[in-house]
Amino acid sequence: MHPAFSVLIFTVTAGAGYGLLGWLSANQLLELWSISVAGQLTAGVLAVVLISIGLSASTWHLANPKNAWRSFSRFRTSWLSREAVFAIALYPIAALYAAAIYFEWASMSLWAALCLILSLVIVFVTSMIYASLKTIRQWHTPLVPLLFVLFAAMSGGLIWALLLSWSGVETSGLVNALSLLIVLTAAVKLGYFVWFRVPGNSSIQSATGFTQHKVSILDQGHSAPSFLNKEFMYDVEQAKLIRLRWVMFAATFAAPLLILCCLPNAFTLLLALLLMMAGLLTERWLFFAEARHVVRLLHGQQSV
Amino acid sequence: MKLGLAIDLDTCVGCHACATACKQWNTSGSIGPLTDENPYGKDPDGAWLNRIRTFEVDASPHSKTVNMPLSCMHCEDAACVTVCPTGASYKRSEDGIVLIDQDRCMGCNLCSWACPYGARELDPGSGTMKKCTLCVDRIYDEQLPEDERKPACVITCPTQSRVFGDFDDPDSEVSKLNRERGGKQLMPELGYNPVNTYLPPRNPIQRPQGGSMLGKVKQIVNRIIKR
Repeated sequence: MHPAFSVLIFTVTAGAGYGLLGWLSANQLLELWSISVAGQLTAGVLAVVLISIGLSASTWHLANPKNAWRSFSRFRTSWLSREAVFAIALYPIAALYAAAIYFEWASMSLWAALCLILSLVIVFVTSMIYASLKTIRQWHTPLVPLLFVLFAAMSGGLIWALLLSWSGVETSGLVNALSLLIVLTAAVKLGYFVWFRVPGNSSIQSATGFTQHKVSILDQGHSAPSFLNKEFMYDVEQAKLIRLRWVMFAATFAAPLLILCCLPNAFTLLLALLLMMAGLLTERWLFFAEARHVVRLLHGQQSV
Repeated sequence: MKLGLAIDLDTCVGCHACATACKQWNTSGSIGPLTDENPYGKDPDGAWLNRIRTFEVDASPHSKTVNMPLSCMHCEDAACVTVCPTGASYKRSEDGIVLIDQDRCMGCNLCSWACPYGARELDPGSGTMKKCTLCVDRIYDEQLPEDERKPACVITCPTQSRVFGDFDDPDSEVSKLNRERGGKQLMPELGYNPVNTYLPPRNPIQRPQGGSMLGKVKQIVNRIIKR
């Protein structure tokens, strides 16, 4: 699949934003760390800014954005429509939560709980846009929603840790929890790459109906690349993909984990966050570049 | 009604006439225009609703060249319709035709991702998705003579490899062909239940060895034609 840069930015940035909002709301409910009102509002505003950058990036890849407002209309069947509805629904609730923090309303926990639930739901719904597609085996797995939620919690948690340490709050407990989360996420991602190697059900034989014979393509029927070639036939050499997997593991998991374990302070946490975000962008790029759509079979690929 | 096409892979010669007739009709039809970018340049690009791919089936010396025209299969369980967030993609309940409302499409490409057959292409001009309409603006047109109320690709096919009809009617030509020739769905394992079927090539007819002079001549002619 062709990795559209706007979608990479969207899923990574908004994911971190929802993750941060989730940590902020969870802290409200569980009262794990005592952070000032100003600190909470900073976290909330930062989360909403990240989410908004992500959501606006997601509209760049629309070829006809003037109809984007219609995407709220198919909530009952379309995951993309559900995402649009939930993403917009979060804004007034986040605003009420911010007001509750500022004015110290008694209903603060209710708004925090709603923000936490909605953040989780939105990340899950976003992942289901990909995981629901039977045409792309590499996406059609429950590991995809699990990974999206873990990535959001991990990157949002690191921003939360950074904000806490900047406000001078004791973060050793959080740093330990984040280290565990990073190890867990890395393990799931590793599991995903192992699962990835199992071939799928569709082949050039099932795609052409000649199930008993060897089939190969002679001519794809056009001399220049079509929309389908550009969208689905995105090809990267295997060696480069493997190299990028190492880069991704190092930047997303290994380096931040090392920093969290050895010397977590306000400056190194920022470094860890920047590395992790770069790593997550690589991860999302690979998520697209390594996904092979079944239409490739009709262009001569033997299996997906 | 379940309208669709039965496509004969035995007789299709891969001439691309169906694709050009489709483009010609639909570029000025209800979903038109079908924009082309750089049409006479080095890398032309544009929306086509029908693509013909050519495969080699089996290994030499038994190999056979098979031309396979691919357009929308008007799936009974059309994932392209359910994933559409704007409601632009829809499947008509009365005849099963899958269509795109050009006034609602926002060009997010998700339906083309959900389609296993590559039947949907984004128009580079309008930024909306385009696909086969089964010439819905032809087949119900009462201004046309009755035998011309068929999709443009079907009318134009010089070998009559494309047959249009109602798969719900067991006595229609498509249903009969599908039954007799063992029509095949493409990628049935995905469960979209495509309506269009592909009639596989038939085995060559074994002609009896002719003892008479005429029989021998026929045998020689058949051998030449086969070559």
